[in-house]
Amino acid sequence: MIGTLLRISWTNLKRDRVAQALTFLLPVLFFSIFASVFGRQGGNGTSRIRIAVVDEDHSGLSRRIADGLAAETALRVRSTVDPGGQGAALDRAAAERLVRSGEVPVAIILPKGLGLAAAAFGGDAGAPRIQLLADVSDPIAPKMVYGLLQKVSMTAAPDILMQGGVRQFERYAGALTPEQRAAVNGWLPRLKPGPGSDSRTTAVSSQGPMGIGVDTVDIMRQGKSESLVSFYAAGVGVMFLLFSVTGASGSLLDEMDSGTLDRVLSTRVGMGGLLAGKWLFLTLMGLAQLTVMFLWGRIAFGLDLFHHVPGFFVMTAFTAGAAAGFGLMLATLARTRAQLSGISTIVILTMSSLGGSMFPRFLMSETMQKVGLLTFNAWALDGYLKVFWRDAALWQLWPQLVALFGLASAFLGLARTFARRWETA
Amino acid sequence: MANHADVLTVAGARKKFGDVVALEAVTLSLQEGELLALLGPNGAGKTTLIRAISGRVRLDAGEIRLFGRPLSGRRTPPDLGIVPQELAVYPLLTARENLAAFARLQGLAAREIAERVRWALAVTALEDRADEPVKGFSGGMKRRLNIACGVIHRPKVVLLDEPTVGVDPQSRERIYDMLGGLTRDGVSLLLTTHHLEEAEARCSRTVIIDHGRVIASGTLPELVDQTVGRYRLVTLCVSGALAEAPPGVEIDGENPRTLRAKLSNVARDLPALLTAVSAQGREVEDVDVRGPSLQAVFIHLTGRELRE
Repeated sequence: MIGTLLRISWTNLKRDRVAQALTFLLPVLFFSIFASVFGRQGGNGTSRIRIAVVDEDHSGLSRRIADGLAAETALRVRSTVDPGGQGAALDRAAAERLVRSGEVPVAIILPKGLGLAAAAFGGDAGAPRIQLLADVSDPIAPKMVYGLLQKVSMTAAPDILMQGGVRQFERYAGALTPEQRAAVNGWLPRLKPGPGSDSRTTAVSSQGPMGIGVDTVDIMRQGKSESLVSFYAAGVGVMFLLFSVTGASGSLLDEMDSGTLDRVLSTRVGMGGLLAGKWLFLTLMGLAQLTVMFLWGRIAFGLDLFHHVPGFFVMTAFTAGAAAGFGLMLATLARTRAQLSGISTIVILTMSSLGGSMFPRFLMSETMQKVGLLTFNAWALDGYLKVFWRDAALWQLWPQLVALFGLASAFLGLARTFARRWETA
Repeated sequence: MANHADVLTVAGARKKFGDVVALEAVTLSLQEGELLALLGPNGAGKTTLIRAISGRVRLDAGEIRLFGRPLSGRRTPPDLGIVPQELAVYPLLTARENLAAFARLQGLAAREIAERVRWALAVTALEDRADEPVKGFSGGMKRRLNIACGVIHRPKVVLLDEPTVGVDPQSRERIYDMLGGLTRDGVSLLLTTHHLEEAEARCSRTVIIDHGRVIASGTLPELVDQTVGRYRLVTLCVSGALAEAPPGVEIDGENPRTLRAKLSNVARDLPALLTAVSAQGREVEDVDVRGPSLQAVFIHLTGRELRE
């Protein structure tokens, strides 16, 4: 008896290609995607962190730190206004703008007096400190840059730090004896990094900051206690928006099965009118869904929705419109509800993982970030990030809005083409 | 040539799906105020023909005219009403909402919609349930609503694909009352059905289609004349098995007390048959006389072979 049931189940699975794809193909597909995103394909696609460096001190120490940072393979340093490395040097305001606009996640300010303070071995409480201007929407880059900065400051100028340390020692413990001074002077040239020295080969200091203080400043959220809620509201919201509009678009297939589609097509509406009506409804539904999501974010997590209403509304309208087009395209492509369910699960989860709904794109390798731009999610999330994190003006959203409008048009065009099969056989 | 009263004509309609011939040179006409039955075994081409008339199937050859105007393109003309075999209504909407929705989609004005919805609820006998979601309706109620949604915009020609499938006799009666009301108002109806006795009793003419071809058409007497002839099937139940079957009489293989004979003139031939039975010492216990039916015509034309 159980054998018969086993045989029936096996036969059903054998003859249902969608079930086979969901059972065997989907896990392999997702394993591949996540291995690419997190495994970084053997390190070939490792992302270099883009940073801006502003040298306000122009001392030997600051130059050595800037050069040391530039030599780090994990970093891509920009110190000029022109991204190509030409023209005037960056100032603090320009570097801050780069962080705000998202061009770099971190900017390092080497303040005036840094070299002198280091030479004094940080003796004064009011000594200038290196500032690390960061966008903490990227939780990894600022910490990584902080660590590299400590390493570079130690390895780039150990002689200067040594001299400062000796001066501090003499200040509190009395002058060195002639023998001691001779020994120090003998060591100092050996500590100075020579032309052939490479900070990359130097062991990371375990001794701590050694007199150079570093402050991390979150310039995006200064004075605000808000967390990454807006990012996750957008990420999760867009993914579920895709699922819900695709499910609702499946009403086309239900109506085809029930004969209602034929009846509607026999009225004055026609297929164009029917798709337009469905698209409008799905767009409004998506708009409502994302609004509820963000309102809940405001109520439960303190999301700063009310200071970003115009940007939120524009992004949500375009996102919902494009998602509605996507849902209709899949529904008109599929032959049955089961097929729609299978296809949409695979496509939406793939797009969501590549497009940053599950894992922020800025933490992916550069290759994967570029691949992500092929997805609907990436453009929508970039837009929300601009609105909520970068306080972007409406006009600054144009690349995302153009992309979403283009995607919506393409999706609807394809849906109209696929729907021809229902009109006339 | 089309008759002057023909409202719908199909001439030389041909359609193939791959290698399968769905329609082959189909020609028929529907006259004003007529209820025409389109009969045929499963897969004969009935639904393809209905879909071709409603614009859902593009013919490879042939022409369809409605009120003399050729039908072309994907749009269904407003003079044409469609009642599909499926229950093409929105289950979560009420009967009133369904009727109003399809009236709006057909472009009726608001005042007219209210009037037509009242009319539809009355003829379908759904006034008491007008504001309940359709999903809770019985099969017969859904069928009646399905028809009403197809005629809400006062079409002059209506195509009905199996309008009475799966409903009880009471609902079937109500449905044919609705259809009778439409034909009295001058609406012409073309319906497909597998209920041959209904077609025989309710329809003025019948077209029989098989393998995509029209194989017979006309009134029932015309079809009988064309096929089985106007005999009467006489069945006798006798008191015991006969030693020998009288001339022209068939003895039932399973029950030898049952005799059957086809008589072209009952008044003349039946007494002789009764006498022949008595001559063999048997009494006649029951006599059943039946005229030729559409069922007999249909089986004669399409055979007894199963169609899947």
